[in-house]
Amino acid sequence: MSLLTFTLILLAGALLAGLLGSLTGLGGGVVIIPLLTIGFHIDIRYAIGTSLVAVIATSSGSAAAYVKEGFSNIRIAMFLEVATTSGAIVGAILASYLPTYFIAILAGIVILYSALISLRKKQDHLDMDQSSKLARILKLNGDFPDEHGRKIPYAVHHVAGGYGMMMFAGIISGLLGLGSGSLKVVAMDNIMHIPFKVSTTTSNFMIGVTAAASASVYLTRGYIDPVLSMPVVLGVLVGSMIGARILMKATTSWLRILFIVVITVLGLEMIYNGVLHKI
Amino acid sequence: MKRINDQRIEIFLSYLLRWGVTLSATVVAVSGFLFLLYHAGDTPHFHTFRGEHADLTSLQGILHAMLQGNIKAFIQFGIVLLIATPVARVFFSIIGFILEKDVLYIVLTLIVLGILMIGIFSGLGG
Repeated sequence: MSLLTFTLILLAGALLAGLLGSLTGLGGGVVIIPLLTIGFHIDIRYAIGTSLVAVIATSSGSAAAYVKEGFSNIRIAMFLEVATTSGAIVGAILASYLPTYFIAILAGIVILYSALISLRKKQDHLDMDQSSKLARILKLNGDFPDEHGRKIPYAVHHVAGGYGMMMFAGIISGLLGLGSGSLKVVAMDNIMHIPFKVSTTTSNFMIGVTAAASASVYLTRGYIDPVLSMPVVLGVLVGSMIGARILMKATTSWLRILFIVVITVLGLEMIYNGVLHKI
Repeated sequence: MKRINDQRIEIFLSYLLRWGVTLSATVVAVSGFLFLLYHAGDTPHFHTFRGEHADLTSLQGILHAMLQGNIKAFIQFGIVLLIATPVARVFFSIIGFILEKDVLYIVLTLIVLGILMIGIFSGLGG
């Protein structure tokens, strides 16, 4: 296969990943690693570097769109970024000590987990009990506008637990080159009881910063190849922009189920290949 | 008052992200196109990991290679711009906190920036 053919096929694959990722809200990053390793037999270290760059592109691209809606909470984001960025650096360091098959198995597990999480019902744990002292000291409580423009206040809970979970999400993100948005949303929804609209947009904001922390380590380590990153970044970016347009018009439940099935198969295949030491 | 301020800063930051992504995507696309003009017939070699050449693993090396007309270095520069975009977002959020005289969050932002700088300059990748 010539480099031109290779680049064009990769561009098409990344476009599809970005499109499906944004239509389903799972992010294209989750499929980039299996696409590159299983689909194109690319070394997982190059795949991790490339995926991180793609994650930054989609996160920054869509965060720009979200912010105007006024849902994201910049204080929650900044406070938790202390946890995610330090975790990401730890993860990136760990990656050089772990065998690649182990990383492949772990990536498979996290991919399966993301698929599982996306099946869950979106349910807010909104409660106004302002008893968390840390949340008050850190000024994390806030409000967001509902569909009538009314301000709905919310209180943040279990700050320490959420911080710990975020650190874990950062390590996973740095180790595997994924956005680990699913882990971030779990920390914010289930542990800290931040309303869904706020947690989704705030988490998206944080994903880019987290990925930038480990991407710079991977860049110096030589994991980020310009020729490989070029079609993946451009494809994912254009794909997710198209996805965001379509999203406003169409209902996407069948697409969602299709994507979840695809992700599940890819996750299982990553684990299978890892167990057989093929990666 | 606090929220109004936040909102304006956040809208500025959203434009910053959009500019950063647009700029880096343009650099990557244009230099990538030029690269393919000359290397369309090459054989891809990503099955085995070799690691990038030292030219492409530090900003200094990339800039140096760009001056020598290395097209790959131009693509890599676009990627570096993309990585720098969220870092710039963190950097500029400090303005909002300074305007609000929020010492706690000025410190937290500096900590996040410090961690990002460790990633960039410590040579942990080495």
